[in-house]
Amino acid sequence: MINLKVNGKQLNVDVDPNTPLLWVLRETLALTGTKYGCGMALCGACTVHLNGEAIRSCVKRVADAAGKEITTIEGLSADLSHPLQKAWIEIDVPQCGYCQSGQIMSAAVLLAENSAPTDNDIDEAMTGNICRCGTYSRIRQAIHRAAEMKRSTT
Amino acid sequence: MSATEMKRRDFLKTGAALGGGLLLSLYVPEWAVAENVHEATPLTPGIAPFKPNAFIRIGTDNLVTVIVNKSEMGQGVYTSLPMLVAEELEADWSKIRYEPAPVDPAYNHTVFGMQMTGGSTSTASEWERFRKAGATARIMLIGAAAKNWSVDPASLRAENGFVINPATSARASFGSLADVAATMTPPKDVPLKDPKDFKLIGKPTRRLDTPDKINGAAQFGLDIALPGMMTVLIARAPVFGGKVLSFNADKTKAVPGVKDVVQIPSGVAVIANGFWPAKQGRDKLEISWDDGPNAALSTTSMREQYSALAKTPGLVARKVGDPTKALAAAAKTITAEYEMPYLAHAAMEPLNCVVDLRSDRCEIWTGTQFQTGDRAAAAATAGLKPEQVMVHTPYLGGGFGRRANPASDFVIEAVQVAKAAKAPVKVVWTREDDTRGGWYRPMWYDHFAGGVDAKGIPVVWTHTIVGQSIMAGTPFESFGIKDGIDGASVEGAADLLYGIPNLQVDLHTPKIGVPVLWWRSVGHSHNGFAVEAFFDELAHLGGKDPYELRRMLLADQPRMRAVLDLVAQKGDWGKPLPAGRARGIATHFSFDSYVGQVAEVSVDKQGVVTVHRVVCAVDCGRVVNPDTVKSQMEGGINFGLTAALKCEITLDRGRVQQRNFHDYQMLRMNEAPQIEVYIVPSTEKPTGVGEPSVPPVAPAVANAIFAATGKRVRKLPILKVDLG
Repeated sequence: MINLKVNGKQLNVDVDPNTPLLWVLRETLALTGTKYGCGMALCGACTVHLNGEAIRSCVKRVADAAGKEITTIEGLSADLSHPLQKAWIEIDVPQCGYCQSGQIMSAAVLLAENSAPTDNDIDEAMTGNICRCGTYSRIRQAIHRAAEMKRSTT
Repeated sequence: MSATEMKRRDFLKTGAALGGGLLLSLYVPEWAVAENVHEATPLTPGIAPFKPNAFIRIGTDNLVTVIVNKSEMGQGVYTSLPMLVAEELEADWSKIRYEPAPVDPAYNHTVFGMQMTGGSTSTASEWERFRKAGATARIMLIGAAAKNWSVDPASLRAENGFVINPATSARASFGSLADVAATMTPPKDVPLKDPKDFKLIGKPTRRLDTPDKINGAAQFGLDIALPGMMTVLIARAPVFGGKVLSFNADKTKAVPGVKDVVQIPSGVAVIANGFWPAKQGRDKLEISWDDGPNAALSTTSMREQYSALAKTPGLVARKVGDPTKALAAAAKTITAEYEMPYLAHAAMEPLNCVVDLRSDRCEIWTGTQFQTGDRAAAAATAGLKPEQVMVHTPYLGGGFGRRANPASDFVIEAVQVAKAAKAPVKVVWTREDDTRGGWYRPMWYDHFAGGVDAKGIPVVWTHTIVGQSIMAGTPFESFGIKDGIDGASVEGAADLLYGIPNLQVDLHTPKIGVPVLWWRSVGHSHNGFAVEAFFDELAHLGGKDPYELRRMLLADQPRMRAVLDLVAQKGDWGKPLPAGRARGIATHFSFDSYVGQVAEVSVDKQGVVTVHRVVCAVDCGRVVNPDTVKSQMEGGINFGLTAALKCEITLDRGRVQQRNFHDYQMLRMNEAPQIEVYIVPSTEKPTGVGEPSVPPVAPAVANAIFAATGKRVRKLPILKVDLG
């Protein structure tokens, strides 16, 4: 048994400890908002937070996530109230939507660490996340907008 | 809904509409007739007594559900098509819900006669039908209120989800009228609004599917889970057309979680209780393959073959004037050869298919663009009738044409596995499987010759195209291939808009064992680059400004000329730039839409290209949702730029050499240009939006690279071109 803390809940899972965290989230815990895109940490679709850091869950052994705080897209907010979610709606970022969970989870760490990210900061934080629909300019715009919203409420 | 109900419903309507192949006649669904009212399984909650046609359900809770017959793969149909209904229905937009249509002839494409999404046709083909569906419902709701109030329906109007009697100020919500509306006779004559009265169409409208896509709720095919479902990975032949000679699965079967290993026609399937055991198990398979007839295939030798063919005349797709004579008489001539590689679609959601096969029915969940064909293929594979197969369409994590395969490859394979597994199965393609799985945009090779007169004006243009046919051997062959010429091979070349008095476009169609398919913008993805880059060469040969020359030769193409003028103006054509930067311009007509782009690039000393800015103008007729048009232009530009700069699929000894995003690279945030989109206002009928912005970007960038460096890019991807 491996003990995981996902979105604030303590859970025990009975899986091979070498299983990537991604598949435990998706298949064992039915948290399918975290996506599979490449399995090699190349696309960022599987990005989740581990103790507040953005990680690629497709290459993270579940055993190495034991006892740490895991946040998935489902745990970002209960009601679409995270500034990034609000900005994503305002700018209408997603197209197919498949990569967007990972995009938002990467952006969330950037925003937590940097209240006024520059375009270069955004490039640095977001270059690991591929969007095949090419929504990059809207993602950039929405991150700036979310940062602005966050600053105005704090 | 039970299987019996499904069978009855489909039985009622299947016969006349689907004869098996593709219907070319315009299929006009008789949805207004009572016995054909479609009963979709409601996915959205609430009691909905009023179902005026296959596309609308109105509940007593005032919710209006629009049943959308097009797959949502990012292009925004779950918003734009409901907008068409809501406009004529006079609905309250906040009460609009959507759900994917089941497979039924009522949902067939109005031109192609099968249920499908593709060819940038969703808005164009549904423009009238969805508005009529909304207008029909509105008339019936007004009729219901008139009956309740004992007044003349002509004295009532509908507005924002209510029927209103202006004389008495009485109001009845659509929901309160749903029961009575259901008893009204559908009108025969359904007049539509004068476009000047549109309230919703033409206004930027936020997508209805955005909230689901930012909190993990949206379900894609890969997210479907059924009780007792097995996850399956398939070891496919490393060479297209290869076969399993023998295999040893002992080590695979020893992996905890692996339930079974079975051979299917395309390879060996590992059936397990999750992705990870299936993957571990597949990695341990020992398979001996017969590589078959394509064992020696290599794109390097194909290139030599194509290059030789390109220097000989092919089947003539278009001929104007006397090109041979004109070339001999021209003041200056040039020849050039262009080449483009195979390309994978690389949708972010790798292919997958869930199948629950029972003795008398089959349910399928898969992100498909080709419901009718996939259902027929699944039925044939399972030994069932199409009416016994239900296809559910979840969100598609990108399509780009890969999920519209007339060969139904990923569906047939999953049904084959389900037959062996005796349990519901989800076949998952890894990224590597998806990249190596074929059905690529064809590899192309083009030979041009052109000449200008003494004033520098182009007087002759010949273009020989070499590449595989996409439509050969598919149900589309009968109308897509004429006199040996696949229309998709020459689109965007044979229909050149420029007024050049002597012109020839001809085609060679070699048969190669690599499966090919439509890839966002299809033939235009190749011809757009070749044609617009060679045009730039001719402009420079004659000493003409590439914008001014285009303008001159588009004298009888007012819509393209307007697009060209707009993009030149917004793109600051001819204005100064920071040192090291240069602009390129290109236009392309595809999917009945006109697009022009100006790209601003710089090239560093190592030859690394940066695309700073792309300005785009589009005329796609009347616009339903301007914000969607803009996002499709933006996305198409990044999609086209990815191919222009980075992508190629190559084969050596029959084997695809690329695997994942490290060697089949995608454009990333730090490389994505600033994009500006301008829409030409138009009252013409709506035309394509999903694809037309892809073709012009590669030539705009290549032409800008020439302006910056004096070096011609005649081969894609640019990454492989030495510009240092």
